[in-house]
Amino acid sequence: MNSIGLLFILALYVSILFYVAYWAEKKSHSKWTNNAYIYSFSLAVYCTAWTYYGSIGVAANSGLGYMPIYLGPMIIIPAWMIILKKIIRISRVNKISSIADFISLRYGNSRFLGALVTLICVAGVLPYISLQLKSISETFHIVTKTHSDFNVFLDTTTYVCIALALFASYYGTRYVDASEKRRGIVTAVAIESILKLVFFLIIGVYVTYFVYDGFDDIYTKASVLEDFDKKNTIGSVTDGINWFFLCVLSMFAIFLLPRQFHTAIVENNKERHIKTAMWLLPLYLLLFNIFVFPIAWGGNILFEGKGLNSDTYPLLIPQFFNNNVLTVLVFLGGFSAAISMIIVSSISLSTMLSNNLLIPYGFIGSLQNVSPEKNSRRIVNSRKIGIFSLIILSYVIYRVFILDYSLVSIGLVSFVIIAQLAPSFFGALFWRRGSKNGAVTGIILGFLICLYTLLVPYAIGIFNSSSSFIQEGPWGIALLKPLQLFGLDYLDPIPHAVFWSLFVNLISYLSISVSFKGNYRERNYAEMFIDIDQYVSNHEDAFIWKGTAYISDIQKVLERFLGVERTKRGLSIFNLKYNIDKNVTTADARFIKFAENLLTGHIGTASAKILISSVIKEDVITLTEVLRILEESKENIIVNKKLIETSNELKKISSQLKAANQELVNKDIQKDEFLDTVTHELRTPITAIRAASEILYEDDDIPKELQKQFLQNIISESDRLNRLIDKILDLEKFETGKQKIYLSKNNIVKTIEKSLDSLKQLIENKNSTVRFDINSNEIKVFYDEERIVQVVHNLLSNAIKFCSATNGEIEIAILEKKEAIEVQIHNNGNLIKEEDFEAIFDKFYQSRNQNVKKPIGSGLGLAICKQIIEHHKGEIWVENKSENGVVFIFTLPNYNTIENN
Amino acid sequence: MKKILIVDDEPNIVMALEYTFKKNNFEVFIARDGQEAFVILKNQLPDLIILDVMMPLVDGYATLTQIKNDERLRDCKVIFLTAKNKEKDIEKGLALGADLYVLKPFSVKKLVEQVHQLL
Repeated sequence: MNSIGLLFILALYVSILFYVAYWAEKKSHSKWTNNAYIYSFSLAVYCTAWTYYGSIGVAANSGLGYMPIYLGPMIIIPAWMIILKKIIRISRVNKISSIADFISLRYGNSRFLGALVTLICVAGVLPYISLQLKSISETFHIVTKTHSDFNVFLDTTTYVCIALALFASYYGTRYVDASEKRRGIVTAVAIESILKLVFFLIIGVYVTYFVYDGFDDIYTKASVLEDFDKKNTIGSVTDGINWFFLCVLSMFAIFLLPRQFHTAIVENNKERHIKTAMWLLPLYLLLFNIFVFPIAWGGNILFEGKGLNSDTYPLLIPQFFNNNVLTVLVFLGGFSAAISMIIVSSISLSTMLSNNLLIPYGFIGSLQNVSPEKNSRRIVNSRKIGIFSLIILSYVIYRVFILDYSLVSIGLVSFVIIAQLAPSFFGALFWRRGSKNGAVTGIILGFLICLYTLLVPYAIGIFNSSSSFIQEGPWGIALLKPLQLFGLDYLDPIPHAVFWSLFVNLISYLSISVSFKGNYRERNYAEMFIDIDQYVSNHEDAFIWKGTAYISDIQKVLERFLGVERTKRGLSIFNLKYNIDKNVTTADARFIKFAENLLTGHIGTASAKILISSVIKEDVITLTEVLRILEESKENIIVNKKLIETSNELKKISSQLKAANQELVNKDIQKDEFLDTVTHELRTPITAIRAASEILYEDDDIPKELQKQFLQNIISESDRLNRLIDKILDLEKFETGKQKIYLSKNNIVKTIEKSLDSLKQLIENKNSTVRFDINSNEIKVFYDEERIVQVVHNLLSNAIKFCSATNGEIEIAILEKKEAIEVQIHNNGNLIKEEDFEAIFDKFYQSRNQNVKKPIGSGLGLAICKQIIEHHKGEIWVENKSENGVVFIFTLPNYNTIENN
Repeated sequence: MKKILIVDDEPNIVMALEYTFKKNNFEVFIARDGQEAFVILKNQLPDLIILDVMMPLVDGYATLTQIKNDERLRDCKVIFLTAKNKEKDIEKGLALGADLYVLKPFSVKKLVEQVHQLL
C-alpha cells in the first residue's frame, strides 16, 4: 500500500474519532457517555502499542515473559473496591487532577514534592510516548513498505506525529479547570479500546484458523523449533523471582501511571462504575492475551531465521499472505492503542507540568494581577504548548535514543521509574506518620538507583561488552556493577533495578518518616486522606488553620481566576453549606480550604495554596495542637453521628408510638361501636319481650289466640337473645385465643351435606336450587367438624338469604389443591362492592359504615367464620363473579400432601 | 278516629304496638321502613307517626327529614321509638323535629299516655 493511501485512511480514521469526541462532548450528560462501560473501556488505555506489538515480540523471543504485565493488574484489581474508591473520594473532595497533586497534597501541599513527582512522571512517561511513536512510525513503514528516512523532515511519520501533537493539544485543553471531566476524550479512548481489541482478535483468529489449523497445529509446528521448551517454561527460582518483580511492577503501574490515574480517578463520574470495571478490565486483558501466543509462534514458524522484528508479526503475517485489508486493520488497531496512550498521557503530563511546575515556580507572579480571561488563556496556552512539546520531544527521543530497542524494554523502564512513586503514594492512603521529607528522600534515592542501574546502562547499550562500566563496575569495583549491584547477580536487569530502587526508596521513606516528625499541615492532610470516609461531605471541616484572613481579599484572588460570576456562585454555595451569614467578613479555616479547592483545578494545589497564603496571615500551630483539634473534631463528628442516630431512633420510636396510639384509638372506636351495636341488638328482643309481657299482664280480655301468639313471640325472642349472647361469647373467645380447635380427620363432603340438610326448609321456602358438584364422595381433611359446620351453615344461610329472589341458585364446589382444600359457595345475588371485600368479615361492619342501617342477621356470622378458618390456618375471602353473583371461598390446609412431602 | 303509622322492621314489636293502639281506638298503618312508609303516606295523612331509627333501606332520620320537607305532612306528630340511647342520638332526633324520643325497651302503657298527651 502506498503512503498517500494509508495517510488518507489514517486521516479518515482520526476524523471519525474526532467526531466521536466532539459528539460525546456535546452529549456529556447523556447516559451514552456516562456509563460504567465507557469508564471501564477507557481504563484499557493500559493496553498500548506495547501490548499490541510488544507482547508478541516478547512471546516470540522469550516465551511466557509477556504475562506478568497483565497478571499484576489482575491480581490487584479486586482491591480496587477499597483502594480505588478511597483515592477517588480524596481526589473528588480536594479537586485533585493528577497524581502529582495527590501526592504533594497529602504531604502538606508541598510545592517541591509536586514538582518532583511531575519530573518523575515526565522522566517515566516521555520514553513511553516515544515507544508509541516508534511503533506508529515503524508499522507505518512496514505497511507502506518504505524505510524510515534518516532525514526527519523527509520522513512521513514525522508529519503524522506533528498532526497528532496538534490534535492532542487542541482537544486536551478544552477546560481550564483540570479536574473537570473530559467526556469527549474519554469516550473516544473507550471506543479505541474496543477497536484495538476487536482488530487484535481478528488477526488472532486469522493466524490461528486461516493461516494455521488451530492452536494444536501451531503448537505442533512450533514445538520443533529451537529453544521452544526453554522459552515456554518458568524454569528456576530465579525466573520465578523475576516474574514476581514484574508482577509487582505492573501492579503499581495500574495505579501510578499518569494516564491510569487520569482515566481511573480524575475521569471517574460515579463510584459504582468501579464495580463494572473490576470484572470488565480483567476480562479485557484476558481476551487480549488469548492470541498472543499463536501469533508470536505462528510468526516464528513463518519467518524463522529471517531476522525480522518479531514485534511486528501481526502486520507481517497478513502482509506475507498479501492480505491488505487485514494489514491495514491491524495497523489501525495498533495506531488506536498508541494514540489513546499518547493523548491521555500528554494531557495528564501537561496538567502536571503547568499546575505543579510552571505555575508554582514560574509565572504565578504574572498571574496575580491580570483579568480572569487573560489568566485562563495563559493557563490553557501553557498546557497546549506543553502537550505539543511533550509529543515532539518524545519523537526526538525516539529518533535519537531508542531507535533500536524493543518496545517492551522501553515500556518496562518507564514502569520502573513510575514505580518510585509507590511508597509515598500507598503510604498516603494508609500511613499517618508518612512525612514529606521521607517521601522526597525516597523518591529521589529510588530514582537515582534507577538511573544508575537502568538508565545509564541502557544509554550505554545494555549488552555492550566493551563497556567496562557495565562489565566491571566503576573504577573496577565489582560490588558497584550496575547490573549486579552489591553482588546481586541472579536477577534480570529490570527486576534487579526494581528490587534495589524500591528497596532503598521504601526504607528511606519509612525511616525518615519515623525519625523526623512532619509539620502540622502534613499531619492535617494525613488525617484527611486516611479518614476520608468521615470527611467526604464536609471535608472543609477537617482543615486546620489559625490566623487572620478577610473574605474580601480571598474573593479578589478567586475572581482573578474564576471570574466575578463563578466566584459569587461559589461563595453563596459555601455560605449555604455551612449556614454562614453573608455579612461575615473574616474567613475561617473552612473558607480557606474551600477557596483553595476552587483554585486547585485551575492551577494545582501548590499554586492555590501560594495564592491564598499571599492574602492571609497564618499563625503557626504546633503539631500537638493540630492533633488536639483533629481529635476534637473527630469527637465532634462521632458525637454528631451519635446525636443523629439517637434523634433518628427517637423519631422512629415516636412514629411507632404514634402508629400504636392510632391503632389504640381505632380499636377504642371499634370497641365503642361494637358495644353500641351489641347493646342495640340485645335491646331489640328485650323490647319485644317486654311489650308482649306487659300486654299479657295488663290486658285481661285479650283473645286466647293472640295471647298464645304473644307468648310464642316471647319464646322466640328469648331464643334470639340467647343465640346472640352465644355468638358474642364465641367471638370473644376466638379473639382472645381462649377458643380451642379440635382437629380430627373428617370428610368435608359429609360435613357440607350435613349443613345442607339442616337448611333444607329454608331453601324450599325461598324456592332456590342448590347444586353440589363432587368428584368423589370422600375428601379427607383435618378440621374441627363442629366449627366447620358452623362456617358452612353460616355461608349457606347467607347464600340463601342473598341469592336472587326469583330464581335463586346456589352452587357448592370443592377443589383439591396441593396446598389446600378449597370450598366455594356461590350464589347468584347482587354483587358486593369491592371496597367491602374485607370489611364484611369485620363484626357489625354494616353498623360502622352506615350507622343507622340495620344489619341483616346478627352482623357477627362472617366475623366468626373468619376466626374459625384462621384458627384452622386457612383463608376466607369473597369474590364477585362477573354479572353472576358472589362466591365465598374458604381453604383448609391439605395436610395429606403436606405430610407426604 | 285518629290515624297512627308505625314504622319498624321488628315484627314482634310491631305486633305489640298494633294490638295496643287498635285497642285504644286508633286506625293503625304499618310500614317496615321509610320506603314503605311513604307508599302509605301517599294516600293517608296520619295524626301520629311512630318511627324506629335503625331500619333496612331508608332509616328513621332520613324518613323524618323527608316528612318535614313535605308541606302536607309537616303537622304530623312524630315519635322516635328506638334503642339508640346515646345523648347525641337523642339530640339529633329532636333536632330533626321529632316531638318525642322514646327509648326501647318501653312501657306500652306509658307510651299510650304520651301519645294521648301529644294529640
